[in-house]
Amino acid sequence: MTVRTTIDPITRLEGHGKIDLFLDDRGELENAYFVVPELRGFEEFCKGRAIEELAFITPRICGVCPEAHHMASMKALDAVFKVEPPPAARKLRELLYNTFYVTDHTLHFFFLASPDFVMGPDAPVAERNILGVVAKVGLELGGRVIALRKECNEVLAMLAGRQVHPICGLPGGVSKGLNEDERKRVQEIAPRCVEFGQLALKVFHDVVLGNSDYVALIKSDIFAHRTYYMGLVDEQNKVNFYDGHLRVVDPDGVEFARFRPERYLDHIVEHVEQWTYLKFPYLKDVGWKGLVDGKDSGVYRVAPLARLNASEGMSTPLAQAEYERFYEVLGGKPVHATLATHWARLIELLNAAEAMVELAEDPEITSADIRRIPTETPGEGIGCVEAPRGVLIHHYVADANGIAQKVNLIVGTGHNYGAICMSIKKAAQGLIKAGQEITPGLLNRIEMAFRAYDPCLACATHSAFGQMPLQVRVFDKQGRLVGGAERGLSGAQPRGLE
Amino acid sequence: MAKPQVAFYWTASCGGCEMAVLELHERILDVASLVDIRFWPVAIDAKYSDVRRMADGELDVTFFNGALRNEENVEMAHLMRKKSKLLVAFGACAQMGGIPGLANFSSKRSLLDQVYHQAPSTSNPSATEPVEKSALDGYELTLPPLLERVYPLDGEVEVDYSVPGCPPTGETVWRAVTAILEGQLPERGAVLGASEETLCKECPLKKQEKKVGHFYRLYEKQPDGETCLLEQGIVCAGPATRGGCEAACIKANMPCRGCYGPVAGALDQGAKLLSALASCMDSNEMSGITELVSQVPDISGLLWRFSLPRSLAQGVREPAGSSAGGGSSSGALTGRKEAK
Repeated sequence: MTVRTTIDPITRLEGHGKIDLFLDDRGELENAYFVVPELRGFEEFCKGRAIEELAFITPRICGVCPEAHHMASMKALDAVFKVEPPPAARKLRELLYNTFYVTDHTLHFFFLASPDFVMGPDAPVAERNILGVVAKVGLELGGRVIALRKECNEVLAMLAGRQVHPICGLPGGVSKGLNEDERKRVQEIAPRCVEFGQLALKVFHDVVLGNSDYVALIKSDIFAHRTYYMGLVDEQNKVNFYDGHLRVVDPDGVEFARFRPERYLDHIVEHVEQWTYLKFPYLKDVGWKGLVDGKDSGVYRVAPLARLNASEGMSTPLAQAEYERFYEVLGGKPVHATLATHWARLIELLNAAEAMVELAEDPEITSADIRRIPTETPGEGIGCVEAPRGVLIHHYVADANGIAQKVNLIVGTGHNYGAICMSIKKAAQGLIKAGQEITPGLLNRIEMAFRAYDPCLACATHSAFGQMPLQVRVFDKQGRLVGGAERGLSGAQPRGLE
Repeated sequence: MAKPQVAFYWTASCGGCEMAVLELHERILDVASLVDIRFWPVAIDAKYSDVRRMADGELDVTFFNGALRNEENVEMAHLMRKKSKLLVAFGACAQMGGIPGLANFSSKRSLLDQVYHQAPSTSNPSATEPVEKSALDGYELTLPPLLERVYPLDGEVEVDYSVPGCPPTGETVWRAVTAILEGQLPERGAVLGASEETLCKECPLKKQEKKVGHFYRLYEKQPDGETCLLEQGIVCAGPATRGGCEAACIKANMPCRGCYGPVAGALDQGAKLLSALASCMDSNEMSGITELVSQVPDISGLLWRFSLPRSLAQGVREPAGSSAGGGSSSGALTGRKEAK
């Protein structure tokens, strides 16, 4: 008898993902599917729009990381109109983007990831949430998390016009600058972000790395995959969130490709399956071999762990020191342990905070020269940034009147889709044993495998209340309900995407 | 008195409406202490089966965000309607279809073609498409089928109130929630938490006589920061849009795109905006008017940016005789109800 275990819904954002686990006669895992059951089709309905409007339409792909879509879109528009933003505009964009990274990574770590480590993977659901973390680690930390979020939101609204769905992006620049008062405010806030980044790393060191069980969990084989890694790097191969070359390293850490994002079609292909709405990107030069890892499979990973693996360092001193510690502790590059993504994310948080300080101090940041009026006939443009959840590509083709003719989008979680499926299957295979009861703690460990890739929205929502719902239903082969369990799911929202 | 029983649910949306609720900041704790939150998939540990077990009308109010894009969305709309005394369309997608509603300019067929066959990065030699039921190695996986079109919440079920915005601002959410908790509700069907007047009334820019001799694209002109954007020739949806957002976009030197929807009494936001644009064109000659109109590309995508599924225009229609949802009803404003 094959039984099916359904975990539904696990996601937020593009709707409700579900995990179907199929057990064999002996009750061991036969296969696992992570199904993304929603599609909105932005690629289709962006066609026909005035091309500059895509900077305001595409952020609605995601209300949690609209800044990433806004940024990729305005960069694609720069290219469509062949216009280079003035230096101050670029710096304002980078300030906005780094501030966004600080808030986004903070929310992920503290609201979603830390409960697993601070409270423990087997802690009762009612405690395994941010409130439990605050109770255990101290109210002072909780207060700092909330204060940081509020201050970063203030900076975001200052630069982007709104807190959700930014509206400052134009081909050739931004619509709004910073005045001297506003700059002073950012200068107050930015160093506090750096301190916060250091504090977050200290918590990680004390709570996670200081506990040999957790270190063993992070390093365990059931949470590892040998894959390719892709990330945006600058001229020195340092991690860059805003611009640069896409660099790919193979499972041994050797550079496999390094290319301008404009050449993405030479390197990335998407595979279609009939059981899910989301496509599976893979490396063209390796090929699609199904949901398997290793050097012969084109599956690659993006997002914090991949960015560190695909780079040769961080652009700021404190983050660079921590980058070196990361590889020292985890045994050299590349690190294949999916759960190490949490540490990588905190290193990036510190990097983004240091960048905020640099940008806020830059004399040019208050310049009034923040946009160029395009004069060229519009054409084709590709914009690429690192979204917190990975490489984000917007590809537009406009006609001579600036009407969108073609739009292609490849989004962070999209790149990781294959790897997320594999991680769920491997963790489930390693954890579900014949005849063993499927307990909440066991399910949580399976969730941890993909939570590392970055659950999205509920990062924030989790703050106040707690847990995502999780339904596990067990069916026999005739589709009859033969058992099941229900419980909260702490933050398992890998984002399904277009 | 018993605490109000409240639920939040989402369908085809981006998560921005949940972020909007968070913009209540510390006030969210006040709300949480005044109500019992019975169902909120992103935030609390309650399940679909808990909702199904509730008595009809057991929930005092459900805040529903997102458009209706697939069969599962429709099923949940009916379930939440049945269990709720008040059903509130929360945000532009539930109220009017929102950005996902722009898909009604195309057919479902062309949407699938674009995503799975035309996308330049997609390699699909066997012409695979997601299907409702897949049999794989003896077990079956299921996907909810897409509807032919996108519908706002009231295209499928009766809605009591709306909260506008993409997303609603924190202040709008607070005003709406307060009105409900204090029982200060206007007549059924009204919009909560926003202004009863157009955005122009709260816009800080100076307004004089509107005489537009040339419309500019957003990238063509740097606004002066003082004068009404429309007077400067930059199309702004303010005259056709409900206020209540404190003109956030305009304060960042960008025009309104209409996410707060129409003011009370305006049947169709896009038609209202078209009439506002026509009235400020500085030309009485056909040739001059034609010239001005040609300066606003994709005018329908601008007029109905957030409200296409609610509009009189209704976007594209499938040819007669095609499958459900298209073309059969001339008077259908929003609904599958009429189109079926």
